[in-house]
Amino acid sequence: MNRIERIFKEKQNILNIYVTAGFPSLNDTVEIVLELEKNGVDMVEIGMPFSDPMADGPTIQNSSEQAIKNGITLNLIFEQIEQIRKTVSIPIVMMGYYNQVLHYGDVAFFEKAKAVGVDGFILPDLPLKTYQEKYKNLLNNLGLDCIFLITPQTPDERIKLIDSESSGFLYVVSSYSITGSKNDIQQGQVDYFKRIKALDLTNPKLIGFGISNKATFNTACEYAEGAIIGSAFIKELEKSNNIKETVKTFINGVKE
Amino acid sequence: MNYNVDKDGFYGEFGGAFIPEMLYHNVNELKEKYLGIIESDEFQKEFKHLLKDYVGRPTPLYFAKRLSEKYNTNIYLKREDLNHTGAHKVNNTVGQILLAQHLGKSRIIAETGAGQHGVATATVCALMGLECIVYMGEVDIKSQAPNVARMKMLGAEVRAATSGSKTLKDATNEAIRDWINNPEDTYYLIGSVVGPHPYPDMVARFQSIISEEMKYQLKEKTGKDSPDKIIACVGGGSNAAGAFYHYLDNEQVELIAVEADGLGVDSGKTAATTQVGTEGIIHGSKTLLMQNEEGQITEPYSISAGLDYPGVGPLHAHLFKSGRGTFLGATDQEALSAAYQLTKLEGIIPALESAHALAALDKINLKPTDCIVVNLSGRGDKDLETYIKML
Repeated sequence: MNRIERIFKEKQNILNIYVTAGFPSLNDTVEIVLELEKNGVDMVEIGMPFSDPMADGPTIQNSSEQAIKNGITLNLIFEQIEQIRKTVSIPIVMMGYYNQVLHYGDVAFFEKAKAVGVDGFILPDLPLKTYQEKYKNLLNNLGLDCIFLITPQTPDERIKLIDSESSGFLYVVSSYSITGSKNDIQQGQVDYFKRIKALDLTNPKLIGFGISNKATFNTACEYAEGAIIGSAFIKELEKSNNIKETVKTFINGVKE
Repeated sequence: MNYNVDKDGFYGEFGGAFIPEMLYHNVNELKEKYLGIIESDEFQKEFKHLLKDYVGRPTPLYFAKRLSEKYNTNIYLKREDLNHTGAHKVNNTVGQILLAQHLGKSRIIAETGAGQHGVATATVCALMGLECIVYMGEVDIKSQAPNVARMKMLGAEVRAATSGSKTLKDATNEAIRDWINNPEDTYYLIGSVVGPHPYPDMVARFQSIISEEMKYQLKEKTGKDSPDKIIACVGGGSNAAGAFYHYLDNEQVELIAVEADGLGVDSGKTAATTQVGTEGIIHGSKTLLMQNEEGQITEPYSISAGLDYPGVGPLHAHLFKSGRGTFLGATDQEALSAAYQLTKLEGIIPALESAHALAALDKINLKPTDCIVVNLSGRGDKDLETYIKML
């Protein structure tokens, strides 16, 4: 059983926080993740900054641009995760784009990630078919999860296919929107969450996109095993001059 | 070897649809429906009618006598510069706007670099009475003011892409984001043979009218329906795809693609993707692209905004890798010289993009008996300021 499976067995209302590696300063990520765990976050998603992040909104794109300017590289991210793993035991998922993986060397990338203590990946532009043909066996053998997105436009049949082919959890995109665009949850979204819940899927589900505070987090937890917060946290980091305080205030605001 | 797209959307190892799930439904709908729609009699009738009476096709195949004398060979110019809106771009926008209507979409979005595709999109949206939003890099908006004004006069909303380098690739990212946020009523009208399958094939099919006409026009003029060489410039590669399309399998015809070397292939200021690029994924397609050692997509440079793209369409990546295409480059300076030369010898001011294709005439062996077609993709009015400044 890997760390992702275990956390879903042991806990409910999972809070997964996204952080852009190398942001706001190049070496802040280690401290941010340590503080996230200390304040009760259940899982972290570490973003690999990319020049052309087509599935991200402006907040995360700006943080990625800043991180690239700061000098972040994949090797540095791996070093930072290795350091994080010395003390942190919550699951770590890497989020990024397929071009970065290909450019690093796909097999080498996954093996290196495994070696430093990563548990899974979210690669939004990796097609399910490419995953099935090229990576499913490799990742299964390494005990790593590949997490796929589903959206309000994904038909039930395809949701079931994605559920049966992937592992870890399903990333339920809450609305027709890129990350960080909305602030509350609408009735149409609730209907969609109910539809997904009724499908009785194998994988646990985390709702992402538009989750920003206690109210939206709680709503998400009614229909899924938890939720992912990205842009709202990145916005706090943008204004932060004390990482410890920022993490504590933000996480307490969501969880308490 | 097969040079056309396969059933999975690949040209050899290039192409495919590397897109987030948020785009899956729309791209898949397009993939399932595009051939059925565009091959139907009804569609073809409408498309051909608009190309004839609205765009002004067929465009002439002009024997450039004085240019031919200069190179001691036989050079024909395919006059895409005489199309409505001044370039080949409108062949594709007419086709895609009809397709968008068949799909029941009411809101059209597009990306543009120099503004030529934006103008061609705004034009067909005005023609059909559809809402039009064009994404354009903030930097390009400043340098291409006349085209921005044209788009606005045509009723389009021009939105500035302020992320990244604020140029074409960022405008493309913004357009993709818009599509993700508005999947139900919106159609994304891509301007070149790039993006996820089926766009590269669809755009190539709409542009293939260029080589379709070339065949019978050559037959009329020379008695033979194929030339020895076809020369076209390549940024994303839509005019080249159209000019090559009906000759892909005729290996007697040499297909010459000319990229923008910028200040020189090794200068760091270039858009010669096949020369400095490596394999990767850009805008949903596996192809050759310019990227750094971290896999971050880098900024191309060319004097010609229409060739200033860090990737190349997957068809061209395949033509390059398989050796079917001959890939050459022309620097800013070589393109300018070629433009001035054509203006003086033939009284035709070419677009800076097309001038790159003309510059290749100095780089290839030409026999007195050869029959060469240069695809003159656009006219140079939009580049006058540069031409005057550099004269």
